[in-house]
Amino acid sequence: MRIVVCIKHVPDTAEVRIDQERGTLIREGVPGILNPLDAHAVEAAVRLKDELSARTTALTMGPPQAEEALREALAHGCDEGVLLTDPAFAGADTLSTSYTLACAIRQMGDVDLVLCGKQAIDGDTAQVGPGIAAHLGWPQLTYARRITSLGGGTIEVERMTDYGNETIRAKLPAVVTALKDLNVPRLPSLVSRMSARRAEIQRRGAGDVEGERSMFGLDGSPTHVVRVFTPPPRGECAIFDGEPEQAAADLVRALKERRII
Amino acid sequence: MGLLIEHETCTLCGLCVEKCPYGALQQVGGRIRVTEQCTLCGACVEACPAAALSIEEGAAAAPESGAWRGVWVYGEHDDGRFHPVVFELIGKGAQLARALNCPLSVATAGVASGQMVSELTGLPVQSLYVAENKALGPYRDAPHARALATLVQRHRPEALLAGATARGRSLMPRVAVLCRTGLTADCTGLDIDAQTGNLLQTRPAFGGNIMATIETRRHRPQMATVRPRVMTPPSRRGTAVPALRRVPVPEPTSDHLVQVISRAVREEERVHLTEADVLIAGGRGLGGAAGFELLRELAETLGGEIGASRAAVDAGWIPYAHQVGQTGKTVQPDLYVAVGISGALQHRAGMQSSGTIVAVNTDPNAPIFQVADYGVVGDYRAVLPQLIRRLRQEER
Repeated sequence: MRIVVCIKHVPDTAEVRIDQERGTLIREGVPGILNPLDAHAVEAAVRLKDELSARTTALTMGPPQAEEALREALAHGCDEGVLLTDPAFAGADTLSTSYTLACAIRQMGDVDLVLCGKQAIDGDTAQVGPGIAAHLGWPQLTYARRITSLGGGTIEVERMTDYGNETIRAKLPAVVTALKDLNVPRLPSLVSRMSARRAEIQRRGAGDVEGERSMFGLDGSPTHVVRVFTPPPRGECAIFDGEPEQAAADLVRALKERRII
Repeated sequence: MGLLIEHETCTLCGLCVEKCPYGALQQVGGRIRVTEQCTLCGACVEACPAAALSIEEGAAAAPESGAWRGVWVYGEHDDGRFHPVVFELIGKGAQLARALNCPLSVATAGVASGQMVSELTGLPVQSLYVAENKALGPYRDAPHARALATLVQRHRPEALLAGATARGRSLMPRVAVLCRTGLTADCTGLDIDAQTGNLLQTRPAFGGNIMATIETRRHRPQMATVRPRVMTPPSRRGTAVPALRRVPVPEPTSDHLVQVISRAVREEERVHLTEADVLIAGGRGLGGAAGFELLRELAETLGGEIGASRAAVDAGWIPYAHQVGQTGKTVQPDLYVAVGISGALQHRAGMQSSGTIVAVNTDPNAPIFQVADYGVVGDYRAVLPQLIRRLRQEER
């Protein structure tokens, strides 16, 4: 059994800088972390590894410093880290990103399961997981809150829908996207952190990934950011700090004036 | 311009025929043949192990003007009933269609029903397209994406909108890949560029700290998912119904099949956070699960649902389905009342677009007050009972 966890190195701060000319985000110089939802995908992979003696590969695409997220995944117990990094990959939207990741996964040859976090906290699109599944032509099991069984060539997952919960079963290989509900990620020990520091990360450029070059990066991205702006600020907050009875009365009056109630 | 096949290199393995989302490739008399169904999507080029397929240069140029026409709304439905966001998108879609001088239609997959048509009575919808195949069965992402992509390829709308529901956000990325086009997630604003006629798709990013306007210039359809409760449903006029256009689509291939084992709606877990007009949310400041009792009482008084911060969920006081924020749900009610929630960036990202925000907190410096319209500084145990009493008085 081979499991690939797709992860993203995301900025850990509200300080967002924009490349005004290209309309893309500048990630250099902003401290990064492993995308929090991806930590649940990593944990799921590591637990399955322990159960099924699977081989787990953490995979990301990004600038060289995205390596830090891979080291975090290794510290959590993944066996190896693969970084797709090349100027030709830069500026990729979700179609191009999922295409490039799918190419790398296909190239590995023997992958049974791909795990992703539901979405990344910088873009919040939730599109790369299903995109990978579509490019590979594999089934997808999104919004997973529990993996109920894995083996015999199938996976069964309990997932959250807009209407409640459902349990679905798919043939492997398949793509699963993880909700926070899936598990509680472990805290890596100092020892595993140190060995993750020293581990070798496999780097692959555009020349190493078998795929159509025209589908990589900015050129392979149908969507383009044409304008970035800060949302209009909300007005001042009216504070009621009197006695509870008075504060409640003032609040109800204010809400009535606004025709909220 | 077109798909090029090097017949000398071709091994007739048939992978391209299998992988073509549009059934545009056929093996005839020892050769692969391309039919006019081909959209130059490139799926076959990618699948060909012998590199015998290629797309001629210039094929990815600007879309032929007039070839892609009409605005479509994805008709998300459960047992034949459309999700509320469908009507909101019809409201916005009608505006866009007017600006483009083209028709607005609803498109879905499954089995067409009279109820679907009658639900669209009096709305500005010209046609209801239904990609039909009995084997589509209960909703599943992959086969439904394929059916919808087939519909798109046949009828070529210039824009396709869907609700940014859990389903829309799982389905649409698959449709976009099959159509080889762009998709913008979670839009809160849509407009037409007066000069180019392109769809301007505006969405929050980085937890709502910035807004980005995105265009899909050279690919069609232009696809976007749109947050529920942002757009306004149109009023119904008259008794006209859309023309029902049933489009038979191929049976889904077995390797894509996902089997639905059970679809349970457990009452205690049925949470309509994203659809609620009023949300009362509790955080760490409640001090325990019992604190939610007061919140439920307030929610009942105001006709609202219960939300929670990550801290309250992580403490085990309330199930995850209630969590608002970056790792939970993004909500946009008319009224959001945050009780004992300090307002970390991650929480604010999920609720700061709400209509009116009220915060109740003992700490006057809590960041939640930065996004609130009204703040009550005090202990919720004292404030909420007074608030409930007041509201009940108002009702009388």
